[in-house]
Amino acid sequence: MKTRLTKTLAGYIAGLLFGLGLALAGMTDPARVLGFLDIAGAWDPTLMFVLGGAVVTTFIGYRLVLRGTGPLFGRYFQLPTRRELDARLLGGSALFGIGWGLSGYCPGPAIASLAAPSAPLIAMLAAMIVGWQLARRQGSH
Amino acid sequence: MDMQAALQGLTGGVLIGLSATWLMAALGRIAGISGIAATLVTARPQRENAWRLAFVLGIISGPLLVMLINAQTGAGLGNVAGAAGASGTSASAIIGAPAGGVALMLVAGLLVGIGTGLGSGCTSGHGVCGLARLSPRSLAATLSFLVAAVITVFIVRHVIGGE
Repeated sequence: MKTRLTKTLAGYIAGLLFGLGLALAGMTDPARVLGFLDIAGAWDPTLMFVLGGAVVTTFIGYRLVLRGTGPLFGRYFQLPTRRELDARLLGGSALFGIGWGLSGYCPGPAIASLAAPSAPLIAMLAAMIVGWQLARRQGSH
Repeated sequence: MDMQAALQGLTGGVLIGLSATWLMAALGRIAGISGIAATLVTARPQRENAWRLAFVLGIISGPLLVMLINAQTGAGLGNVAGAAGASGTSASAIIGAPAGGVALMLVAGLLVGIGTGLGSGCTSGHGVCGLARLSPRSLAATLSFLVAAVITVFIVRHVIGGE
């Protein structure tokens, strides 16, 4: 019971840091995201700094953390083991990219934007959940 | 280039990286939003989901905390394009307006859900954590969704929209 509470709190802290990062970065602004994706228009480089800062920090962080024998509140590090570059990975990611390009929302920013909800945002999230259920029926791993 | 936007972007990115590092250090988990949220809403109830729910609630709390800080201190944090100098208590400085109406978002949401479900990840899982792990799968996925998104925006804005 005590471990479960600790894990829940640890999850909340991770989410809070993530949401703070998204809000400060401007990821919660579809116009900013679409401005980054619009390389033929008035290109907005902000997201390069977001992605760069996140990847470099995570790279260094993982180096340090994964030296240890396991997580603080769990048995082992759960890292993806699959290696195959198949149609499911590339095609699924392409479908995601089309949805991202249409809306300017990837899943994190869409969830974070619930801090100031709107009808289009709720529609986006509801459809996303339906999409996840459909994908799971296709035998997700 | 807008230096302030870039600096805020970098700061936000570092916080996202710290979140991913913390989630691995504490729970041994990849900070993949689509995986965490999808498991939360589709998995059988006996799965251990309390931390996932807390994580999702934490994500929503982030912008709310920024709003609170702005309201209390007038710090004017937030990086919505064109909203610089917006009223400190306003949510519109932190959360931008949706890019379209309900119909467009239903289509986009379905594509994002199916796509991240089949592709096992999104911008965070593949784009941040996967690239940081130097995973070839995540690099391929990231290139795939970035190229598809760039082509989509090009078609919407410059072919159909005629901008």
